[in-house]
Amino acid sequence: MSAELITNLVLITVKIGVVLTLVALAVPLMILMERKIIGFMQARIGPKRVGPSGVLQTIADGLKLLLKEDIIPDKADKTVFRLAPLIILIPAFVAFAVIPFSGTSVTILGQEITPWITDVNIGLLFVISISSVGVFGIVLGGWASNSKYPLLGGLRSAAQMVSYEVPLGLALVGGLMWAGTASMVGIVEAQRQAGLWFFVPQVAGVLIYFIAGVAETNRAPFDLPEAETELVSGFHTEYSGMRFGLFFIAEYANMIVVSAVATTLYFGGWLRPFPSVEALAFLDIFNFILPGAWGPFLSGIFWFTVKVSAFIFIYYWIRATFPRYRYDQLMAVGWKWLLPLSLANILVTGVLLLWLQPAPA
Amino acid sequence: MFRTEQMEINMGPQHPSTHGVLRIKLRLDGERVVDSWPVIGYLHRGIEKLAESREYIKITPYTDRTDYVNAMSGNLAYLGAVEKLCGIQVPEKAHYIRVIMVELNRIASHLLWLGTHALDLGAMSIFLYGFREREMILDLFEAYCGARLTYNAFRISGVPADLPPGWAEECRGFLRLFRERHREYEQILTKNRIWLRRTKGVGVMDAEQCLALSVTGPVLRAAGVARDLRKDESYAIYDRLDFEVPLAQAGDTYARYEVRMAEMLQSARMVEQCLDQMPAEGDLMSMKGRKMRPKKDEEVYFAIEGPRGEQGVYLISDGTDRPYRCKLRNSSFANLQALAPMIQGELVADVVAVIGTLDIVLGDSDR
Repeated sequence: MSAELITNLVLITVKIGVVLTLVALAVPLMILMERKIIGFMQARIGPKRVGPSGVLQTIADGLKLLLKEDIIPDKADKTVFRLAPLIILIPAFVAFAVIPFSGTSVTILGQEITPWITDVNIGLLFVISISSVGVFGIVLGGWASNSKYPLLGGLRSAAQMVSYEVPLGLALVGGLMWAGTASMVGIVEAQRQAGLWFFVPQVAGVLIYFIAGVAETNRAPFDLPEAETELVSGFHTEYSGMRFGLFFIAEYANMIVVSAVATTLYFGGWLRPFPSVEALAFLDIFNFILPGAWGPFLSGIFWFTVKVSAFIFIYYWIRATFPRYRYDQLMAVGWKWLLPLSLANILVTGVLLLWLQPAPA
Repeated sequence: MFRTEQMEINMGPQHPSTHGVLRIKLRLDGERVVDSWPVIGYLHRGIEKLAESREYIKITPYTDRTDYVNAMSGNLAYLGAVEKLCGIQVPEKAHYIRVIMVELNRIASHLLWLGTHALDLGAMSIFLYGFREREMILDLFEAYCGARLTYNAFRISGVPADLPPGWAEECRGFLRLFRERHREYEQILTKNRIWLRRTKGVGVMDAEQCLALSVTGPVLRAAGVARDLRKDESYAIYDRLDFEVPLAQAGDTYARYEVRMAEMLQSARMVEQCLDQMPAEGDLMSMKGRKMRPKKDEEVYFAIEGPRGEQGVYLISDGTDRPYRCKLRNSSFANLQALAPMIQGELVADVVAVIGTLDIVLGDSDR
């Protein structure tokens, strides 16, 4: 019993380590790709000096941030100032605990390894609640700086994130009604059994969720809390060095979380396109290359990564295209459009599901 | 109990979107502007005073450095005043070359405005697209006069050189490309709902108030006043060109956007007409010597329509080879007065929109 417990503990710790490392490695890659992709969209080259085609640019930037002097303003509330980057960073990483990266477990050294850290029956609720905690990091960071621009940025983000949580959560309800479970693994399984990705009946839900998700992660065109041309750098104006770096990493980790939840709930998680059509089974290429459970395991990770990357690409695309909303307009969009729409979406979904349901015998 | 407090906040002189070194003291109620005081002078170099101790011919390069985004117009306004002061005739061909350069520079200046204005509102790509085309214009300027920012391209009584071989074709090629790209900008912005929301009804100023504050240029025309010195007090060879003065009625940020966008196309039209009409041969400068002594106590004022509005030079001579007084009436300084009334009661985000839409150059306002 106790030997089993210890094995489990070690296993879960190693898994957490692997996931954390992968996310931490994904962030510099995302930043590099963002700079390259937006560079392409803006008819310029992007980073190209550090390493071949500039691939080491973000590594160099990270090193620079680590080596910089750690400045804490004299008049700042020092404890809160130090705490704020952590308050936003930790939830961003914790959310990965329930995200399934693939559908098939593999066996290493006699231990069955599931491609998710844990599968709890409230997985989706866990993600929503834990990502709401991150807001405090921004608000407190802006307030603790004891400076005017960060204060404005923090206030903006408080209002923004509170009002976009609501449509975000309500948009997910539509998907939940189709899935019938809040377990992240269960949601994907439901899509496999139904033979369709839930974005088909939930187009409005996906749109609302993604718009609210962009606003949640403070990305353009909703990047008001750090609106550079208005508030200098918004809530992190007074932050420098790696403390600023932590905000930065958290922002990108949050982008992955939002994309991963969208992928899991609406785009079939690790499933290939048209999961019920046998003729398309060749799309899971790893199944033919690798033996046993490793094939489906890697195919799942492959499709999951592709879908998440597609969402992240849309993030970049939006950023390169749109101007920024104004504070009051942002509120209007959230409360006057997204909220009623997401409520209507729930209603329509409910009626549809009732209609589709086989009549009780 | 709860109470609210107004907050004073200092925008600039180091701020990402105060277009140089403008400083605005804002008093905010939440994010709403209660009161504002623009502070200028951070780029004051005393160009007017310097001019008093320079010979007329040596002042031209200084005019480059007033409105450095649009140095050709600065040159033209000053030279026009000197030529008026001394009664110098400019050869026809030189006029055409001047107008070509000034209108190209107007496009370049408006492109910079478009880029920075859009960047202030968060649309980053337009900024780089605008700079891509502006770069082509700068290449054309470099081919003509060797400089890319401060041109000093004209001389008293004419221009120093003819257009280089092949320049006209390259210019026509650019204008064709530019029209295509202009459609691209419109596609990205004109029907973009966020852009419309950010610009419509923001920073409104009606014609009466514009005139009271002696605001000129696109800002005035966007309020419905058809005042364009190129039409009203035609100088150089503008009377031979066929062009329209774009107008809008709303007087808001979007109207000013519309006017400037249309002006770029009109300028492109004018350059093409100039290239068609320009005589192949002809004198470039009428004056041979370098010394000039205008009559004593002569006073002239000469103004042209710059990209930002009326760009005038007021000269008083005392009979020597240096002006007694050289007053530059630059449009940024006058237009900046419209800033405070425009942002009254608006949000912080609108402040940067209004700064962008006024298209101020601090070198121009501070001199």
